[in-house]
Amino acid sequence: MTFLRITSPHTTRAGTAGSVMQTVIIACTPGLVALTLSFGIGSIINTLLTALFCLAFEAVCLKLRGRPLAFYLKDYSALVTAVLLGLALPPYAPWWIVAVGSFFAIVVAKQMYGGLGFNPFNPAMVGYVVLLISFPVEMTRWTLDIAALPEGIKHPDLLQALTLVFVGADSVLVDGYTAATPLDVLKQNNSLTLDTLYSTEPVFSSARWAGAGWEWVNLAFLAGGVYLLYKKVFTWHAPVAMLLAITLMAALFYDGGSSTSTGSPLFHLLSGATMFGAFFIITDPVSSAVSTRGRLIYGACIGILVFVIRAWGNYPDAIAFAVLLMNFAAPFIDYYTLPRTYGHEKSRSGRVK
Amino acid sequence: MRKIWDIHGGIHPPENKSQSTQTPIGLIDLPDEIILPLNQHVGTPADPIVNIGDSVKKGQVIAEAHGFVSLPVHASTSGEITAIEDRLIPHPSGMSARCIVLKPDMQDEWVALTPIDDFRTKKPGALAELIRNAGIAGMGGAGFPTAVKIQPRGDQRIDTLILNGTECEPYITADDMLMREKAAEVIRGAELLAFILGEPANIIIGIEDNKPEAIAAMSDAAKNAKVEIVSFPTKYPSGGEKQLIQILTGKEVPSGKLPADIGIVLQNIGTAYAAHRAITYGEPLISRVTTIVGESLNIQRNIEVLIGTPMSHVLEQHGFEHDQCARLIVGGPMMGYTMEHLHAPIVKTTNCLLAPTKAELPAPAAQQPCIRCGMCSEACPASLLPQQLFWFSQSEDFDRLHTHNLFDCIECGACAYVCPSNIPLVQYYRASKGAIRQHDEEKRKAEHSRQRFEFRKERIERAAAEKEAQREARKKAAAAARQKQAENAESAAATATPKPETTSPDKTAAKLERALSSAMSRLERAQKQVADALETDDTARTDTLQARLKQAELKVDDAKKRLDAFKQNNSDAKAGVNTIEEQNSASEKLEQSIVQLEKRLATAQQKLAEAVNSGLPTISALEQGVAKIRDKLKNAKEELANINNPETDTSASTDELKSAEAAISKAQTRAAELANMNPADKAVAKIVSLEKRLDKARERLSAAEANNDENLEVFRASVVTLEKKLADAKAKN
Repeated sequence: MTFLRITSPHTTRAGTAGSVMQTVIIACTPGLVALTLSFGIGSIINTLLTALFCLAFEAVCLKLRGRPLAFYLKDYSALVTAVLLGLALPPYAPWWIVAVGSFFAIVVAKQMYGGLGFNPFNPAMVGYVVLLISFPVEMTRWTLDIAALPEGIKHPDLLQALTLVFVGADSVLVDGYTAATPLDVLKQNNSLTLDTLYSTEPVFSSARWAGAGWEWVNLAFLAGGVYLLYKKVFTWHAPVAMLLAITLMAALFYDGGSSTSTGSPLFHLLSGATMFGAFFIITDPVSSAVSTRGRLIYGACIGILVFVIRAWGNYPDAIAFAVLLMNFAAPFIDYYTLPRTYGHEKSRSGRVK
Repeated sequence: MRKIWDIHGGIHPPENKSQSTQTPIGLIDLPDEIILPLNQHVGTPADPIVNIGDSVKKGQVIAEAHGFVSLPVHASTSGEITAIEDRLIPHPSGMSARCIVLKPDMQDEWVALTPIDDFRTKKPGALAELIRNAGIAGMGGAGFPTAVKIQPRGDQRIDTLILNGTECEPYITADDMLMREKAAEVIRGAELLAFILGEPANIIIGIEDNKPEAIAAMSDAAKNAKVEIVSFPTKYPSGGEKQLIQILTGKEVPSGKLPADIGIVLQNIGTAYAAHRAITYGEPLISRVTTIVGESLNIQRNIEVLIGTPMSHVLEQHGFEHDQCARLIVGGPMMGYTMEHLHAPIVKTTNCLLAPTKAELPAPAAQQPCIRCGMCSEACPASLLPQQLFWFSQSEDFDRLHTHNLFDCIECGACAYVCPSNIPLVQYYRASKGAIRQHDEEKRKAEHSRQRFEFRKERIERAAAEKEAQREARKKAAAAARQKQAENAESAAATATPKPETTSPDKTAAKLERALSSAMSRLERAQKQVADALETDDTARTDTLQARLKQAELKVDDAKKRLDAFKQNNSDAKAGVNTIEEQNSASEKLEQSIVQLEKRLATAQQKLAEAVNSGLPTISALEQGVAKIRDKLKNAKEELANINNPETDTSASTDELKSAEAAISKAQTRAAELANMNPADKAVAKIVSLEKRLDKARERLSAAEANNDENLEVFRASVVTLEKKLADAKAKN
């Protein structure tokens, strides 16, 4: 009898690509809980819907491409995209928004490029940006934090929420639960000093550090990110670089809190999708830079872009745009940030001369 | 306390070392057959010096080292040589190679050994030679001849000797057990190696901190020795040569260089032990400590096993359950290779036999897409980007693989171990390395044949151009001759002086010389090509090349004849007009050429002697070459003699000058005619001209005898020379 002929190594660590993805999904739970506590049940409905659509689109694409369904669905990558997209969408978004977003994320941004591992752009962010550009009204209708709601107004209950999602906003009597986000408010402000703004606007007056609800959401995502760091799913380089860059930019342009101030560093760190982006979006390994030096540059550039667009761009938040722009640059960064290999005096360029 | 450095990356796989360290190093029964491969080391295989049927003693040399990087093979036990044939050997490719097969007589009888009580009484070089004669190769797995490694080049100053007791691979405990049980002898081995290396400043033994017993035993044994025992945190692959050097010294071995280039020599613990036994007891390397481990065995332990013992015998002795075994691995689970069959022998580098069950080492899971998570680059001890190398391997982007330093990969397998997508990364790198080597080789070959093609094209073009030029020259000469005839006829009555020449004789001679030298060089090239072809046994090529050689020889003869004829015809004419200075310069030139020819003769003779000594097939070609050069030399000497002994009076009168000019023109015409003649005609013409010259010379001689001239002897010599030449020419014709 002959034995198995195989080359080394003969042993591998337990765990699969699927288990990495599962860890990411688990790390999203604090964020989802915080979103739900602050803005109602909408984010859960979003996430369930994106999961449904994304898995369906993934399955159809795999079928069309003649790939084994079970093997590829078990890598959980479509589910990760779904969860990230679901968390990014405004709560109570209409179902067709979710469907269109999922389609662009899975079919266009991922499967058309060859599936998992081959997509140059972050699929969830492609889906999000397509929606933001195409349906600005639906995409900017964010809910007020529970603490900032006016007297007598409540978040929609489950039935109302389902009606909102599947029938439409006009058919439901509830109203007044949506308002501009803190980032929006600050962007529109050009007459009040920050102190005045903080005391008059409900989104700020009911908040502790940054914006009502958003500060907790960001802290929850930060907690999830720390968990992923602990689990060694990714390294600290890109998130830390991004957060440092935002802090630095915000501090540079803080302007002492005048009416033209762009907001304090703490405000920027705990507003919008900062922490979600830092730990769940820019750490997507497929579309980011690969070396540690590369990830530092990649993260820092995203941080700077986020602040630039927030402060002087047309959109209140900018994670998606910043990430997609830097996705373009990732291969370029890779060529110039090769690590110094053992036995070499300095790192060389990956460019072929 | 020595400072410890950290290496980049690394992994912590389950160690699985306790299974085989529960009992002391054991021994097993003698097998029915000992199989000794001739190449158990890195380098040239040994040459067998025994015949089938010979009886050999334990420790007797049965195969001798062949060359510097090679080692002898010794009989592991006494017995009879039963075969010298190809047998399966432990090798990743599952190949067979030449082995000496020995049937033990169960006496286990040693040859006479020569122990050395104190190695310090010997010279380091002599000790290294003894280590080489003991057949010791690196026992950590690479198998590089130890004697070569401990005799660094003159420009390498060794300041650090490191003994590697890291043993970072899971399962393997051979070095661990050896250090526990033979600590004193390992330390003695370290001192011996240090003595041979000229007592380097640092002697370090590096041991991972998962071997506390070994560290304790070694520290105890090293108390009074100048040897440092250093332990450091357990991490795979700390035991890699480059990694251990970094951990213990903080230095990196530059890419493409050896540790000796930065003053470090690294040896395995087992090698030091074997070297110690080879010197102190005179024992050659005929056994080693090997870990026999895996859940498909009833007994898991370390044994001291004779080199050449079949693996099947070793496994049987440990209660091997064949159907439980998932795969048989030589070495550890990270870098070991599998054997399909059991009948290969244990060799000098076999540090572990791992026979795991399917539960222990399950078959690899299906490969998933790379998600570029970067865990591999976190784990890589060489600071590479394995995920990028993987993409470039898939796309066969050799240039990028180079810029991403593929060849600095040590194939430790850390990347594949951590890969969540179960990508067999190391396989991709091995395949790419192989593909790149093949590609480079093909590129080299293509470049070679391109050059050959271009050279050939150029040669053909040059030959065509030469032919064309010759044709033109002939045409011109013929036209000139016709014109001259006509003019001669016209002016026969009017004037006797010939017209000045259009081409000077010097130029014509130079041209002929050029043609000759180019023909000669072509001949030499052809000879070399034939020799090359003979060496490579390329019969088809040899035939065509020999045809070409013959052609070239004909051409050379032709060119030479033409030149000779021209020179001879011209020399009489020239003699009349040349001033003494010119003669001197000509003679100088000739002298130079004689010196050169003598040199060439000497080198050719030397080459011939070498060829005869080493029995090369080029002897006949070289002999021809020598003969030819001798001829040339003789001709040149004769010519020189002719020049130095002018046959005509140099203080020539105007009449004589005129007649000389006439002679020149005559010679030129004759040269032109000669150029048009075929070889037979030429030979006849040559004979005629020689006869004429001989007559003239005889006349001159008789005149000189009558006048009792001082140049009498010279004239006589020239007559003799001419007679000889004439005889030669006649003989040839």
